[in-house]
Amino acid sequence: MPKQQTCTILSKVWLNQDTVYLSLLAGDMVRTTFRGPGQFLHIKCGDGLMLRRPISVSTCSTDGSEDQISVVFEIRGQGTAWLAERNKGESLDVLGLLGNGYPIAPESRCLLVGGGIGVPPLLGCAQYTQGRSSAILGFRSSDKGILQDRFRKSCASVQLATDDGSLGYHGFVDAVLQNTLERDDAYDAVLACGPRPMLKNVAAVSRQFGIPCWVSMEERMGCGVGACLVCACGMKDGRMAHVCKDGPVFNAQEVDWNA
Amino acid sequence: MPEQTVDLSVSLAGVALKNPVVVASGTFGFGREYSQFYDLSALGGICVKGLTLHPRAGNPPPRIAETPRGILNSVGLQNPGVEAFVAEELPFLRQYDVKVIANISGNTPEEYGIMCETLAAAGVDMIEVNISCPNVKAGGMAYGTKPELAAEVTETAKRHAGDVPVMVKLSPNVTDITEIARAVAGAGADALSLINTIRGMRIDVKTHRPVLHMNTGGLSGPAVLPVAVRMVWEVANAVDLPILGMGGVSCGEDAAQLMLAGASAVAVGTAIFADVYAPLHVRDQLRDLAAAQGLTAVSQFTGAVRAW
Ligand SMILES: Cc1cc2nc3c(=O)[nH]c(=O)nc-3n(C[C@H](O)[C@H](O)[C@H](O)COP(=O)(O)OP(=O)(O)OC[C@H]3O[C@@H](n4cnc5c(N)ncnc54)[C@H](O)[C@@H]3O)c2cc1C
Ligand SMILES: Cc1cc2nc3c(=O)[nH]c(=O)nc-3n(C[C@H](O)[C@H](O)[C@H](O)COP(=O)(O)O)c2cc1C
Ligand code: FES
Repeated sequence: MPKQQTCTILSKVWLNQDTVYLSLLAGDMVRTTFRGPGQFLHIKCGDGLMLRRPISVSTCSTDGSEDQISVVFEIRGQGTAWLAERNKGESLDVLGLLGNGYPIAPESRCLLVGGGIGVPPLLGCAQYTQGRSSAILGFRSSDKGILQDRFRKSCASVQLATDDGSLGYHGFVDAVLQNTLERDDAYDAVLACGPRPMLKNVAAVSRQFGIPCWVSMEERMGCGVGACLVCACGMKDGRMAHVCKDGPVFNAQEVDWNA
Repeated sequence: MPEQTVDLSVSLAGVALKNPVVVASGTFGFGREYSQFYDLSALGGICVKGLTLHPRAGNPPPRIAETPRGILNSVGLQNPGVEAFVAEELPFLRQYDVKVIANISGNTPEEYGIMCETLAAAGVDMIEVNISCPNVKAGGMAYGTKPELAAEVTETAKRHAGDVPVMVKLSPNVTDITEIARAVAGAGADALSLINTIRGMRIDVKTHRPVLHMNTGGLSGPAVLPVAVRMVWEVANAVDLPILGMGGVSCGEDAAQLMLAGASAVAVGTAIFADVYAPLHVRDQLRDLAAAQGLTAVSQFTGAVRAW
């Protein structure tokens, strides 16, 4: 059962010029609503905007007396710009944890494939699988790279790729995925988050190797809880699924990539 | 405690609501999601997601865009169909002490008739007839924009709804809303609800593309409140039917404005997206406002505007 509650900002770090990391004190939100890494928060961004903004949980913990949730977001427009101006000690109106996470077990060995601002939620997957998973992280250029060190601490291996070749492999993550699986395809699943064209390619490569692939989809949202039906995602069987309730994580083979 | 002396109950065409706050069709699904946050019995009523005779997949996304103090939507009436509602959703809602208002849309008057029969037999408390949808037979013209078409649908709905009161939901996308209101009243409607969304459009100037895949959509939220208040006031002056007022309500004062203009009850929609508890806050603020003004019942707001 999701909750709507106030969360205090514990810390704020600028990861690069337009990407912010926030850690939040979240009461018992994780304890009561966690359903696997990959869920998201629907965050109110000031009183002027009518819609909350969906942001994935990067990592979360229930170790302290209060649960903690970290999120990482990029400034894209009015809402994320407002959020980037918040500081330590201020509070946020948060609806969460929403949706379904990646359906993996802590003992799974997964290949985590992230692109750009799709990278942060995979850190939660890395931690959840306790160092068994490996990551392939793609960025536009080296100055856009985020969280690499955190991934190195939580993964068996980390490979990087950039569109311009300024860091790691020169090219897209699906090419790195292909090479990686050719060497070793004994993974339980490929977990991906990033722009839709990337997800489509990652799904195709995973399919070629017969490995289950789970993708986190994005769609514009209203309610965030499954009531308003605006966040539609077309499925291969003709069904309209809803990103906030049926997702954001979907079985890649069920998504209608041509919709 | 002044609050305890304010009577919150209202009547809408003979349907007794424990308080005047209803949730607007399409913003609350069939109640399941929000039942995770609070007891649905706290609401006066629930207008369920718009139903059609057959299931509908709705429009391709994006289906929502944010605008200044409002939103545009183009969901396209995605719903499981009236039969599935009766079989799977109505029993769930019946667990709660809340009035269930079934919202229906049809392509032909016959479809409205069949749906009314099914819903009346299933025992909903009220039927809200959405006439803001295109009439396939009349070349796609929206029922809500032509008095004759609106009257025809109302008559058909009344004929098939048995004892269940029929409330007709008016479209604001007309030159003179009182003309439609009179036609619908003349055709036997038991109540009116207004306003549905106002047609609008938003264009992304970077890509030159409309934000909504359907190009245009329906505007709702605080931006439309003054239009809703004006239209409720005009309609209340034109016909002698109870009104469920809606459009942009996000606090008790907004609700009071619609009631002063002539509404017997109000619906809260878009505001729920920002605050899941909005309907309950509206209810409490309305009660406090009535108490502060020395009223003994919130129903005393209805039609009490002192127009110049
Ligand atoms: C499940 C989910 C998880 C997400 N996780 C993250 C994350 O961890 N980090 C991050 O930086 N971003 C994430 N996003 C994208 C993020 O929601 C958008 O960047 C953000 O909503 C933009 O808001 P804005 O006001 O800054 O931009 P504007 O363009 O001004 O927003 C206008 C409207 O469009 C919506 N919108 C714009 N872009 C998107 C988008 N890509 N997806 C959904 N709605 C959008 C906004 O929510 C708002 O309603 C996620 C999106 C979804 C659906
Ligand atoms: C996402 C969304 C879906 C809607 N779906 C319906 C619908 O199915 N049937 C209907 O009669 N009205 C529908 N409406 C209109 C609302 O019921 C209401 O008339 C309108 O939104 C104005 O109220 P508000 O500003 O409080 O949202 C919808 C509105 C929204 C925002
Ligand atoms: S955002 Fe309302 S159903 Fe997904």
